[in-house]
Amino acid sequence: MSRLDIKTPSKAQMVVEHLYRSMEHRIEASPPGLCPIDMALNFLNLCHAQTCGKCVPCRVGLGQLSDLLHEVLDGRPSLDILQLIEDTAEVIVASADCAIGVNAAQLVLTGLHGFRDDYEEHILRHRCLGSLKNPVPCVALCPAGVDIPGYISLVREGRYADAVRLIRKDNPFPTACAYICEHPCEARCRRQMVDDAINIRGLKRFAVDHAGKVPNPPKAKPTGKTVTVIGGGPGGLSAAYYLALMGHQVTIYEQRKQLGGMLRYGIPSYRFPRELLDAEIASILSLGIKVHTEVEVGNDISFQELKKQYDCLYISIGAHTDKRTGIPGEDSQGVISAVELLRQIGDGDLPDFHGKQVVVIGGGNVAMDVTRSSIRLGADKVTCVYRRRQEDMTALPEEVEGAVAEGAELLTLQAPVRMESGPDGHVTALWTQPQIIGQADKNGRPSPNGADQPELRVPADIIIVAIGQGIETHGFEQSGIKIQRGGTILADSGTHLPDMEGVFAGGDCVTGPATVIRAIAAGKVAAANIDEYLGYCHTIEAEVEIPAPHLSDFTPRGRVSTTEREAGARKMDFQCIECGMTLEEAQRESARCLRCDHFGYGVFKGGREEKW
Amino acid sequence: MVTLTINGQTVQVPAGTTILEAAEKAGIKIPTLCYLKDINKIAACRMCVVEVEGSDRLAAACDTPVEEGLVVHTNTPKVRKARRVNMELLLSQHASYCSTCIRSGNCPLQKLANDLNIHEMPYHVHVARGYTDTSTPLVRQASKCIKCMRCVQICEKVQTMGIWDLAGTGSRTTVDVSGNRTLKTSDCTFCGQCVTHCPTGALTARDDTVKVLDALADPEITTVVQIAPAVRVAWAESFGLTGKKAATGKMVAALRRLGFDYVFDTNFSADLTIMEEGSEFLERFTHRDRYHWPMFTSCCPGWVRFIKSQFPHYVDCLSTAKSPQQMFGAVAKTYFAEKIGVDPHRMFVVSIMPCMAKKSECALPTMRDACGDPDVEAVLTTREMDRLFRSDNIQPGDLPEEAFDSPLGTGTGAAVIFGATGGVMDAALRSAYYLVTGENPDPDAFTAVRGNKPWKEAVFSIPGAGEIRVAVVSGLGNTRKLMKALESGQGRYDFVEVMACPGGCAGGGGQPIHDGEELAGKREDALWKLDQKATIRFSHENPEIQSLYQEFLERPLGKKSHHLLHTDHTTWEVVEKGIWLDSN
Repeated sequence: MSRLDIKTPSKAQMVVEHLYRSMEHRIEASPPGLCPIDMALNFLNLCHAQTCGKCVPCRVGLGQLSDLLHEVLDGRPSLDILQLIEDTAEVIVASADCAIGVNAAQLVLTGLHGFRDDYEEHILRHRCLGSLKNPVPCVALCPAGVDIPGYISLVREGRYADAVRLIRKDNPFPTACAYICEHPCEARCRRQMVDDAINIRGLKRFAVDHAGKVPNPPKAKPTGKTVTVIGGGPGGLSAAYYLALMGHQVTIYEQRKQLGGMLRYGIPSYRFPRELLDAEIASILSLGIKVHTEVEVGNDISFQELKKQYDCLYISIGAHTDKRTGIPGEDSQGVISAVELLRQIGDGDLPDFHGKQVVVIGGGNVAMDVTRSSIRLGADKVTCVYRRRQEDMTALPEEVEGAVAEGAELLTLQAPVRMESGPDGHVTALWTQPQIIGQADKNGRPSPNGADQPELRVPADIIIVAIGQGIETHGFEQSGIKIQRGGTILADSGTHLPDMEGVFAGGDCVTGPATVIRAIAAGKVAAANIDEYLGYCHTIEAEVEIPAPHLSDFTPRGRVSTTEREAGARKMDFQCIECGMTLEEAQRESARCLRCDHFGYGVFKGGREEKW
Repeated sequence: MVTLTINGQTVQVPAGTTILEAAEKAGIKIPTLCYLKDINKIAACRMCVVEVEGSDRLAAACDTPVEEGLVVHTNTPKVRKARRVNMELLLSQHASYCSTCIRSGNCPLQKLANDLNIHEMPYHVHVARGYTDTSTPLVRQASKCIKCMRCVQICEKVQTMGIWDLAGTGSRTTVDVSGNRTLKTSDCTFCGQCVTHCPTGALTARDDTVKVLDALADPEITTVVQIAPAVRVAWAESFGLTGKKAATGKMVAALRRLGFDYVFDTNFSADLTIMEEGSEFLERFTHRDRYHWPMFTSCCPGWVRFIKSQFPHYVDCLSTAKSPQQMFGAVAKTYFAEKIGVDPHRMFVVSIMPCMAKKSECALPTMRDACGDPDVEAVLTTREMDRLFRSDNIQPGDLPEEAFDSPLGTGTGAAVIFGATGGVMDAALRSAYYLVTGENPDPDAFTAVRGNKPWKEAVFSIPGAGEIRVAVVSGLGNTRKLMKALESGQGRYDFVEVMACPGGCAGGGGQPIHDGEELAGKREDALWKLDQKATIRFSHENPEIQSLYQEFLERPLGKKSHHLLHTDHTTWEVVEKGIWLDSN
């Protein structure tokens, strides 16, 4: 026996550590629709296995809770059992000696309060309200419901144009999404149970980069109906695309000089090259869609007039107004909004930031976009000021990492308090109050509070405010369109407006600033419901035969990540920073797809909606 | 064409073929359980797993398409073990009480477990708790369900009713009535296709044999039995009898051995139905603007439940004529009871039907027109009748053929074809032609409505009446298509025959079960042959029907007919009210 030993994990411990990671992946890949009580019970059992066994509430109590949940699932007891569960769990929370017991019982309580109706259904009717609605996780999580296993299998076969055709069935922006989609589809990819999620967006990019020019599907016979789309962003253009395919005459009114909305005026070209955006828009417009740019509805033409002229209207004006910080000195020269800067860049007017110190306020994706754009505009130093921690930033982690690699400074836990300006009225610095991270809010996100530290002066020649966008609803509110709290237009999940016949709305102007794919999905929904409203039932389908699945290979392999150009080189220009996959990579990556449209529940309940 | 090797044998099949189909072509048997050709290829039971060289995981043969150069082995140690373990796992959740199971001896699960040489269980058996409700003709025993999903698929894909679905998730996933309903609170048509496609005893038709045996045992009660057309071409299958040994007369003899006082034929009342329904059609046809078109046949109770729940705005298009089963009951308890001087309250009418929905039809409150009691007390499926024969040790094949009793025992060729899709239409047209022209048409003038096509259309011209556009459809999925075509104005007909089961009553939910085989077509052929051989092939020439009208009913659509032989389809509900979401 030595007096001290170096800690070395046993073999069993190392295997268990590996199993923990597998379980983490498994939870990440959990499909929607599972029985919440069954999940709660099994979480509880996991928690119980972690108990050290010293204290009564945790050692015995968690086991009793587990038995009670079992009884509920078996439908044996009466409703009284819920009180017993609650009382027991509350006592464990109050009297357990450490977090193992407290947190385990809290999980039960959260569930008991959060899905009490499920508990009651099991007890009263021996049934579960949960049911697996969509068998394919990626399709279920794509707002537009794009047939992802379908196009991945087409990429595997080298049928890139067919992949584009298939994507266009649900999303007329395959190229835009191939470059900039936030890919919610990857979040619950079942491949995570084996190794890691499929690089779905990367495969889509490979398809669009290699498909060549893919003609649009044929249009339906002209219906003679006219639809106007207000706002030519991704949502408005999506609605226009499907409505044009359905045979309706579509006219787009756009306030800006060019179409594209946030794809042009929000997303910098180093993420999505302009020539690709222009080509994608031109392809959509080639269906015979009419466009009026630089027309502001509510100013240049009234909403009522449009309503009179057209059979139907779709409002997709997005969220383009900037939010202000409201701190003193905001009106100084040199203080600009992120929206303003990106809009200027979008129209090809690049300001010169050489020799300037730029301070960006905000921690979202837009803040990263202006940070990285400022670097490309030649700024000496770009500092991103954020009042929470880096891990609390809402920007995608890879965006933050990319900005840092390009030389951006992150100044976190600093809340802006005022902007200082010189005698010429031009901004000279941002003053901030250091923060300390504090209590978690309802959603578990910790809030910052003022720290016991002196204010900090951050020198600045230019301050860019990137703390969110709002919606310009003025011209619409006057026409009787209802605005909900938060300033967005009130519309239901079918994009219908309440009490207004023939007017539909969707995208950022209804949801508040969101993602491109959600705007596209809203445009798709609107097209279907507008078609219905106009008295038709056109269907949109892609006549693409999906390749038969191969036997899946369950050998763990690495996910093919896309690479980026070297930071030092890419920060000098606005050219695309991401490098596409090679053919070899695309074939490897597409072969990793488990084809959930076929294997598992897909083959039973249908992994595919062939038309809508 | 794709070339692959199965068990060393080279096989060439078209691309898209599954390994299972390729093996079948090569004469190599791969066991299946959940598989149902064209309907259920979901690789759930894993009995069809095979080893594919180059893959360390086993492939389900039923849903794995062949690939060029594939090398497949169907009986390796790995495959054997997987089949055995998966079967043991299935059995660990199955109430294997074979000796008291209705499907014993006709159970693919039992057969496969036996074939796999499994005689002991390494696992504890956990059987699902079930709530067995016998208030509906369709009974589910959760403890026997192996979750093969065939019922879900047949109901969704073939019948488009979606009554069965998965319920719950995770380890408690089971099959149950969809949408958290119970059978009683669902719009189930009770067609019974889920029963005839269930591989175990989980789904069955309610057994009413005890009720019938009680009546047979009571000396105070006169028992009368009627046999539906389609029963005669299927009943003998359970005994392995064919040809002369399977003759209708043998079944009549066997029913007499069971103790029935009178053995009659539903063919008789099928002819009666033609008289009433044919006359009704002509009445509607000659007063076109008074009626909602087309006119639908009403003899299939599954179809009546379907139209009432799915297309209620077309219910007034249903013929008001009762089904042959119910016409028989009403006539037996009036005309016949009077003739033999029996109190109808002491008469017990039993039907032998190829059908499960008939069990709910006879219990309708609107089917008590003779004396206030149900016109038909009990309905036995073909399978139940066969079970009664067995339990009384009757060997029908060895009995002498016997004739039906009179006066409700004569049926024509036009009646026996009621059991085949298109038969009611064919029979109705034969007599309608006569009723209009006073002359018989060629009995084979209407062959366009015969055959196995799921949706048949034809236009016939009857001198003096004009052109009649008819359609014949069987299977509720096909029916839904036809109804949608009617709604959209794409389909325009005068007279439409609908049968809920694919192939009509021949493929009914009460017929003998042959796993993996669809026998409707073969049974239908036998029915059409019986028509060809019949000496009388027109309902209006049935001498017993003629006497019935002369002695009792007077004329079709007359006052007595109206009271006894017609019904109001609107006075009852498919979904019983007030018990929605009850806790069983």
